[in-house]
Amino acid sequence: MAEESKSQVPPSPGESKPAAEKPVPPAQASAPPSEKPASDKPATPPAVAKPAAPAAAGATPAAPAKPAAPAKAPVPTPVPWTSPMVEKYKKQYGSGLEAQSYLGQNYFTVDRSLIPDFLKLLRDDEQFDYCVDLTAAHYPKREKQFDVFWILYSFPRNERIRVKTQIADGESLPSSFPIWPTADWLEREVYDMFGIKFDGHPGLKRILLPDGWQGFPLRKDYGILQQDKEWVQINLGIESGQ
Amino acid sequence: MNEIKDNALPHAVAPTNLDLDTPDKPYLDSNELIINMGPQHPATHGVLRVILKLDGEKVLGTECVIGYLHRGVEKIAENRTYTMFNPYVDRMDYVAAVSNGLGYCQAVEKLLNIEAPPRANYIRVILTELNRLASHQIWLGTHALDIGAMTPLFYTFRDREEILKIFEKYCGARLTTHAFRIGGCQYELYNGFEKDVKNFLSFFPPKMDEYEALLTGNRIWIDRTKNVGMLSAKDAIALGVTGPMLRASGVKWDIRKAIPYANYKDFDFEVPIGQNGDTYDRYLVRMQEMRQSCRIIEQAVNGIPEGPIMAKVPKVIKPPVGEIYHSIEAPKGELGYFIVSDGSTQPYRVRVRPPSFVNLQALDTMVRGQLVADVVAVIGTIDIVLGEVDR
Repeated sequence: MAEESKSQVPPSPGESKPAAEKPVPPAQASAPPSEKPASDKPATPPAVAKPAAPAAAGATPAAPAKPAAPAKAPVPTPVPWTSPMVEKYKKQYGSGLEAQSYLGQNYFTVDRSLIPDFLKLLRDDEQFDYCVDLTAAHYPKREKQFDVFWILYSFPRNERIRVKTQIADGESLPSSFPIWPTADWLEREVYDMFGIKFDGHPGLKRILLPDGWQGFPLRKDYGILQQDKEWVQINLGIESGQ
Repeated sequence: MNEIKDNALPHAVAPTNLDLDTPDKPYLDSNELIINMGPQHPATHGVLRVILKLDGEKVLGTECVIGYLHRGVEKIAENRTYTMFNPYVDRMDYVAAVSNGLGYCQAVEKLLNIEAPPRANYIRVILTELNRLASHQIWLGTHALDIGAMTPLFYTFRDREEILKIFEKYCGARLTTHAFRIGGCQYELYNGFEKDVKNFLSFFPPKMDEYEALLTGNRIWIDRTKNVGMLSAKDAIALGVTGPMLRASGVKWDIRKAIPYANYKDFDFEVPIGQNGDTYDRYLVRMQEMRQSCRIIEQAVNGIPEGPIMAKVPKVIKPPVGEIYHSIEAPKGELGYFIVSDGSTQPYRVRVRPPSFVNLQALDTMVRGQLVADVVAVIGTIDIVLGEVDR
């Protein structure tokens, strides 16, 4: 709950920088109390959701001010990533593709419509033959609620990149299973935790949670103590799992 | 046996077509039989359930059912501060807790754009490699036990005790050590640490010879592991298999060499590889890896520099907005942490890329066409820890 009220924005270059330059004394005072509600959170679920939200909201503007005190390392920001490969695909896809680098890690942000083709090109033409991981993150306040990430590695090039795309709730993605068979379980886990469907997956069903479970736990609107009460009562024969 | 190699990849599709819901089909008069193995089965190393489709003794297909140990670690992370989440990662791969902690601490350090001081890196490398030995010892003992050799279990557990004693003296815990902190190490080395480690280094290699004397040339061991659970290099890469399993298939890839972290590039060690990608090769690769780990520890313990063990880390950890992926070579394969920060004290999203989870996916490819008894050998050779598979 508390997280929702915080930043929904994907990392953007100019944002936290200017704030970091002005040291605000009250910020120091407000930062430690914001720690408290966070640590109390698991203890009392219903009471926490409310007090935590304002505290966290109060901490957010103060957040960039804190590192201003040592004022040594500048806040790292994504910088454009240039390489022959990037140039090639920029020419091909134009504005549908963005290439950036954050703390030395390179990633593409691509339009959803490019998804199966671009990934296939990466494997076939650029030798990204190993799909390290496939995962997602939920931003409920955004219009396109989900970021989906592919972490790819190339054995011949010894290079690791990420591909990132945004999709709306209810929208599905083409499965990467035909490209990397390892995506089988990884996509099942993303479906299990976020409810994102992958078209063309050979057997998209829950993997960690039981088949009949309702709800997708890693969405931000799913509370940490929330559970499928009905499932628990029917299948475990107890009132609640807590 | 060759049929596995040729059409291994399309098989990954098949588990979902097992036709488990056909009660009207009288299977007694057919040759096919569906049986259930686990979740409470000693050879599944915890709570793994495997549904086997058999034709007599021959395996036609498998389906893994996992999630019995799911604790929602990634959800917990979103509700804890960065520091508070640190002990939780030890509970994933609980036989290699130090590696988990190293991966997580380094990922957060990367997000904060800081680096642990050299002394801390040396301590980290020594403890992580000791933990790799402990993890491989558990693998060897239980794997051999599954196949029917009981003695190695007692040998490995006896010798693993010496490693756990060092952990206990260093940080007070034996298994879930929480040895590292974001920015370095919390504890300075205790008096006599170097001596303990050196004693261990002279004590351990003869013990490894003992293990090898029991198994490497053993007729029964060879019969049970040679040409069992074959995995070609092509399939291994396509299935995302990492760690000793990938190397046994002949791919010389180790993150400690390919993308060095901590200070592994300071040490001289080799990456052992296999040729056939069978269970016996995976055994040999892990055994050689243990000897290489001893080499690393020996170099590290003789060169621990003086200096601080903690980098300058802010009291309240608030990484700037951004995403980071960092992975290390855990005993079981590539262990990665993908962290999204929204600039607050709590991570916005933590994704753990567990090696066991991805490696376990290869089980079906490896056991098709083999015998039921081989399934046990293959589960052992994958070296899974269900705490990490299910998280």
